[in-house]
Amino acid sequence: MTMLDLQRVTKRYGKDTVLDDISLSVDEGETVAIFGPSGAGKTVLLRLIAGMAEPEEGAILVNGEDLIDVAPENRAVGMAFQNFALFPHMSAFENIASPLEARRSTKDAVADGVHKIAKLLKIDHVLGHAPRELSNGQKQRTALARALVAAPRLLLLDDPLRNVDAKLRFEMRLELPRLLEGFGSTVLYVTQDYREAMALGNRIGVLIDGHFVQIGTPEDIYLTPTTIEVAELFGDPVINLFEGRVEKAGDGTTAAIGDAKLPLPTGYEDQVGQPVIFGIRPENIAKADDGTAGAIAAKVAALLPLNDRLVRLLVSDDGHEFYTSRDLGSEEAVGEGARLSVSAAPQDIILFERDSRRRIAPAR
Amino acid sequence: MHHTTTGEKILRGVLITLALVFFLFPIFWILLMSFQTNAQILRIPPSLFFEPTLINYTSLITGELQTAAGSLKLEFMHNLWNSVILSTGSVLISLLLGVPAAYAFARYKFRFSEDIAFTLLSFKFAPPLLVLLPLTLYFQAIGLANTYIGLIWVYQLITLPLILWIVRGYFEDISPDIEHAYRIAGHSWAKTFMKISIPLARPGIAAAGLLSFIFAWNNFVFALVLASADKQPVTVGALAFVTASGIQYGQIAAAVVISITPTLALALFAQRYLVEGLSLGAVKG
Repeated sequence: MTMLDLQRVTKRYGKDTVLDDISLSVDEGETVAIFGPSGAGKTVLLRLIAGMAEPEEGAILVNGEDLIDVAPENRAVGMAFQNFALFPHMSAFENIASPLEARRSTKDAVADGVHKIAKLLKIDHVLGHAPRELSNGQKQRTALARALVAAPRLLLLDDPLRNVDAKLRFEMRLELPRLLEGFGSTVLYVTQDYREAMALGNRIGVLIDGHFVQIGTPEDIYLTPTTIEVAELFGDPVINLFEGRVEKAGDGTTAAIGDAKLPLPTGYEDQVGQPVIFGIRPENIAKADDGTAGAIAAKVAALLPLNDRLVRLLVSDDGHEFYTSRDLGSEEAVGEGARLSVSAAPQDIILFERDSRRRIAPAR
Repeated sequence: MHHTTTGEKILRGVLITLALVFFLFPIFWILLMSFQTNAQILRIPPSLFFEPTLINYTSLITGELQTAAGSLKLEFMHNLWNSVILSTGSVLISLLLGVPAAYAFARYKFRFSEDIAFTLLSFKFAPPLLVLLPLTLYFQAIGLANTYIGLIWVYQLITLPLILWIVRGYFEDISPDIEHAYRIAGHSWAKTFMKISIPLARPGIAAAGLLSFIFAWNNFVFALVLASADKQPVTVGALAFVTASGIQYGQIAAAVVISITPTLALALFAQRYLVEGLSLGAVKG
C-alpha cells in the first residue's frame, strides 16, 4: 500500500529551482534511500515532507491525506538531522522524551519509552548527560532515538551517519536496517554514500539537479543504470567507459573498442554501426586466457591494493586507461609494467548512447 | 605548553594591580568620601585617616540635610524610587516588545524588514536634545508630560533598540534546525518559541536587559527636561546637592554609592546567565 506519495513536487528558492517536478511513491514499511551528490535537493525534499518549507507546486500525500497546510507538529513524522539538532539546554533524556511529551503521555510512559529506545541504541548510560558531553556517536544515536521514540508513521533520516567517524559509520550501516525493520516505519533515508544507499534502501532514488534520474532497487541501479552519470555514482573504483561501436560478427554483435572486439549479448543487432559508449565495471574485467580472440591488450600501470581487493590501473595499447578490481589471490599476481590481455563477459557490458548518455536496453 | 617564569608572574601581578588601582581608585575615593563630613573632605592636605561618620547616609535616608544655612529637605529616597520604577518599567516593556520583534527580524524575511530594523536602531543616533523640545510640547498637549508612562515611553528610545539588536544576533545564532526538530517532535510554534528559542537566547537577553537597564538608570537629559521634582530619578535629583551654602560632597558621595548599588547587584545576578551561553555546544559545526 502506498504510504507516501509525492506528486509532481516543485520547490523554488527565488529563481533557483531546487526540486523540479519530482514524483515518488513509497510503500508502507519500505525504506527508500534518496541518493545524490550534494546540492541535488535531497535535504530540501525531506524539509518539504516535514513541513519546514512548502512546495510551490505539487502535492505531498501521506496515507492519501494532503500534507500541504498541515503544521509540522501535526504531521506525525520523525526526523533525524544531519547536524543532529539536539536541544543543547536539555539532557539526552529530555531530548529523546520531547516527542512523547508532545503526545501528552504520562510521566511513567515517557520514562518507559525513553529507556526502551535508549537501551536499543545503547545510550542508556548517558541519558543524564547534556548534548555537549556526548561523543559524536552518542549524539547521533540520541538524535536517532528522538526520531524513533514515538514510532512515527514516517521516518525522515537526513544523512545521519555523515558526521560520525568511519568505524562507527560502518557499524551503523549494518545495525540500522535491522533497527528500522523492527520499527516497521516507512523510511526516507538521505545519503551521499552509495554504499549506504545500497545497504539500507529497499529502493534507491537517484536525485541529481532536482530530478529523480532513476528510482529502482539497488540491483537495478547497479546493473542497469539509466545514464552514465548514475553508473559513475555507484561503484568504487568508478565504472570504465570506452568509446567504440557495435559491429556485426556472425550471428551476433561485438563491442569494437580500438582493436579489441568483445562479444555482446543478443538484442543489440539494431545498433550495428552506431557509435556508443561501453561501460564495464572494474570487477567484471578479468584476465583472458592467452590467445583469446578480441581481448584487450594492456599493460599494468599501477597496483592499488584496497582491503581485500586488488585494484589495477591498466593502459590499453591504444592508450586508454581503465581499472580492474579482483579479489586478492583470485588471479596470479602480475607486477607493474607486465603485459596482459583482459576481457569481460557479454552480459557485463552496458551500452550507452554517445550523445544522450542514456543506457541502451537490449531489444527483446 | 608555555611556562611562565617567576619574573613574568611578578610583572603580570604589578600590571594588573596598576590597572585595578587606575580604574577602581575613583570609586574607592567616593566610598571614603561618603563616610566623611564636608569639612573632612575639603581639608588640605587630604588624608586617608579620619573618623568615619554615617551622617551622610542618615541625612539621605531621612531626607533632612543640616547645613550651615539651616535644614534642607532632600528628595533622594524618592528619586531613587523613581529611578527604580523608570528603569525597571522601561526594560520590562522593551523586553516584552523587543524580544519577539528581535525573533521576527532574525527568522523571517518580510517586506522592509531590514529598513524597519535599521530605523529602530537609528533612534539611537538622534541627538536627544533635538527630539526633546517637540516631544515636550506634544507631551504637554496630550497630558503625558511629567508622568511615569510618558517617561517610560521616551526611555524606549534608549532601551528598545539596544535589546532588539543584541537579542536579534543571538536568535540568528540559534540553528533553525533545533527549532524545527522541536516542532517536528510535535510542539506548537508558541511552545517552541518559549521552550527553545527564549532559553537558548537567554544569555543575550540577560546582557541586553542589563545594558539597557544601566543606560536607562544613567539617563539624565530626558528626565531633566520631561520630569518635574516628584518624578525625577537620582541622576537629576543629585543636582539638589548643589545648595546655596555650597556643594555637599559627602552627600553626593553617599548618593553615588547608594545609586550604583542596584545596578551592581543586577550585574552580579545576571552574570551567571551571561556566562551560561558560552558553554552550550548546540550543533556540530
